[in-house]
Amino acid sequence: MLHLKHISLGYKIPLRVAALVIVTASVLASVLVYRSIGNLRDNMIANADSLGHLIADTLIEPILHDDVWRAFEIISIPLSIPQDKARDQGAEYILVLDASNKVFVSTQPDRFPILSDPITIEPGLSPIVKNPPELHAQVPVIIETRQLSSFYLATAIQSDGVRLGTLIVSYSKEPFEKRFYSLTQSAILITLLVLAVLLPFGVYWARKMAAPLLQLSETMNRIAPNLPEASEIELEETKDEIGQLAKSFKTMLAELKGKEQLQQQIIISDRLAAIGRLTAGVAHEINNPLGGMLNAISTYKRHGVQDPLTLKTLSILERGLQQIKETVAALLVETKTQTRPFDLNDVTDICTLVQSDMSGKQVSFTCDIDIVDAQPLSSTLVRQIIINLLLNAVHATQWQGCVRLHIWCDNSNLFIDVFNDGSYIPKEKISYLFEPFTSLNQGGNGLGLWVIYQIVQQLGGVITVQSDPDETRFIIQLPLQETHE
Amino acid sequence: MAAERILSTPPHPLRIGLTPVILDDQAAFLNKWRDYLQHKLARPVIFVQRGSYREVVDLLREGKLEFAWICGYPYIRNINNFRLVAVPLYHDEPLYHSYLIVPASDTKTSSLDNLRGKVFAFSDPDSNSGYLYTEYLLSTQGFLPATYFAKTFYTWSHRKVVEAIASGLAQGGSVDGYVWDTLSKTHPELTSRTRVVTESPKFGFPPIVASSSVSKHDIAALQNVLTQMVHDKEGASLLDSLNLNGFVIGNPRLFDSIADMNRFVEKKRINVAP
Repeated sequence: MLHLKHISLGYKIPLRVAALVIVTASVLASVLVYRSIGNLRDNMIANADSLGHLIADTLIEPILHDDVWRAFEIISIPLSIPQDKARDQGAEYILVLDASNKVFVSTQPDRFPILSDPITIEPGLSPIVKNPPELHAQVPVIIETRQLSSFYLATAIQSDGVRLGTLIVSYSKEPFEKRFYSLTQSAILITLLVLAVLLPFGVYWARKMAAPLLQLSETMNRIAPNLPEASEIELEETKDEIGQLAKSFKTMLAELKGKEQLQQQIIISDRLAAIGRLTAGVAHEINNPLGGMLNAISTYKRHGVQDPLTLKTLSILERGLQQIKETVAALLVETKTQTRPFDLNDVTDICTLVQSDMSGKQVSFTCDIDIVDAQPLSSTLVRQIIINLLLNAVHATQWQGCVRLHIWCDNSNLFIDVFNDGSYIPKEKISYLFEPFTSLNQGGNGLGLWVIYQIVQQLGGVITVQSDPDETRFIIQLPLQETHE
Repeated sequence: MAAERILSTPPHPLRIGLTPVILDDQAAFLNKWRDYLQHKLARPVIFVQRGSYREVVDLLREGKLEFAWICGYPYIRNINNFRLVAVPLYHDEPLYHSYLIVPASDTKTSSLDNLRGKVFAFSDPDSNSGYLYTEYLLSTQGFLPATYFAKTFYTWSHRKVVEAIASGLAQGGSVDGYVWDTLSKTHPELTSRTRVVTESPKFGFPPIVASSSVSKHDIAALQNVLTQMVHDKEGASLLDSLNLNGFVIGNPRLFDSIADMNRFVEKKRINVAP
């Protein structure tokens, strides 16, 4: 069974607001009906009481004179006044009992014949007959029970402190009930009208109130497995508590995101560092015997037997070993070489060097250099970085694509920004991008970025990769080395 | 000189007492009849109405009224003090009945005997048809109304006896037959709720009488106007409203049967009284 507390706030808040509106409207309507009925009843009793006293006083003489007809005429007057039966609370009948509680006269002689016992005719009257009203009662005696279809108002008829009889005015509950029903009906109608106006408003506001909570909850549900992007979060930052919550939540998400990225970077750089250590170790171990082998071949070529077959074989060996040496040298990035600082001539050289590749693909190449002086950085290494990046960019870009180089510096860093509009790097590949032999295109050996990474790493720089469709950008930040004057 | 005196002092008005022997609760009709009489008599006429026969009779005896239309019963009791002026003609006779009526719902009652121990309505203790005749009937059987019936009351008007019976307030009542008949024409919805059980023998119709102090000239003048009413259009219309055929001079002997009943009942009253 669906328990209320499991229902979504999107329904629960509007439902609760609706319930509140309905309950309020109903309570108000009930109170109004109750009060109106109370007023109606009080008015009726007040009228009946004054009528009762008036008639009782007028009846004194006819009763003293035993003048039944006069008494009949007197009590007939209130009933002969034409009444609006739907609204007026006119008396149903009037009964006059003599001192011995027999019927003296009544407006319904057929029902209450003269001298008859009223209780045998209407048992509901027995409380009045058995306990007649006080001679000088301040409050009217009202007999009303749920069983009776009428209620009775009793007044003592007295002269000089002697009870002459009792006046009983009977009021039918029917017009009273009709009035009650018509009042209730109109109250219900008004309530429904009010509800028709208030409910949509209430539900609208309630939905509006629930909406940020629902959004928040929905966004929270999206945290696992992947943190949603900041742009995907549609939370309004208002000044109220929910707005504050949304703001805190956004901050938390941003922090989580940062932490996740950091973790990712650490993992990547740890891995790259491990690979670097491994390759360096392997390269050293290979380099020592390799040098010996190449020396041996060289010595044999110079002093050994000049047999053509042997020489050919040795050449093949020497070329193979030379290729191993180059590969190992590529893996082992050496940054300790002392060269001249990087300056604008280097940039010109680079442009000349990559020109043939650019024109091969008809790439539009823009070069944007914001440095004037020589920078205290190894020109060999920076050149290698820029050439590798530019060649990669040319490879990545489309036919007649666009490649842009931007170099600038601030007080402590040199920035190299290489842009291309080619195919972008899928997200899942970015973390493996700088590992050796990870080639994105068919032609390369997958060492270009590895070399860049090693150089930047050793120079203490940072590589940032932004890859979106039609825009891939490598930004290298290299700290300027302190110049030793 | 005489002519001047007549002009200077207007004739003093004729005061005529009315009782509910007719339907005296029609103010518009009474105004018309008064204007007619004033015109014919060439002097002011005042109708005087009181709550009971006795009050009108007392006024007449004391000379505070010149004339009065009263029941035959008070007339024969004051026959020496009052002069008979005229007797109306009802169905061309100066006679009428007393009716015993019961509610229309009561289909069983066939005589006064069935009403023993019931509530009974009389019109006026000084009425022949509305009291004396019924008392007389009970007296012939040795009963008194007060003990024969469980309760009796007076409505002080014949019309109201009919109303009392129609409403069921009383189970039986004595009423002037002429009034009941007239009401059955003008207010059939009222009389239809009652049923006439028995009719009495005919009695002299309630007469118009004069106080002993009234001059013969005045009596003759009124007699003339009343008896001639039937001959002029306005008078005939008024008589029609009264449901009467006219007035005749009448003979006091018309009321002998009422006088006989009165004597019988008075004797019985004395015998029964402690």
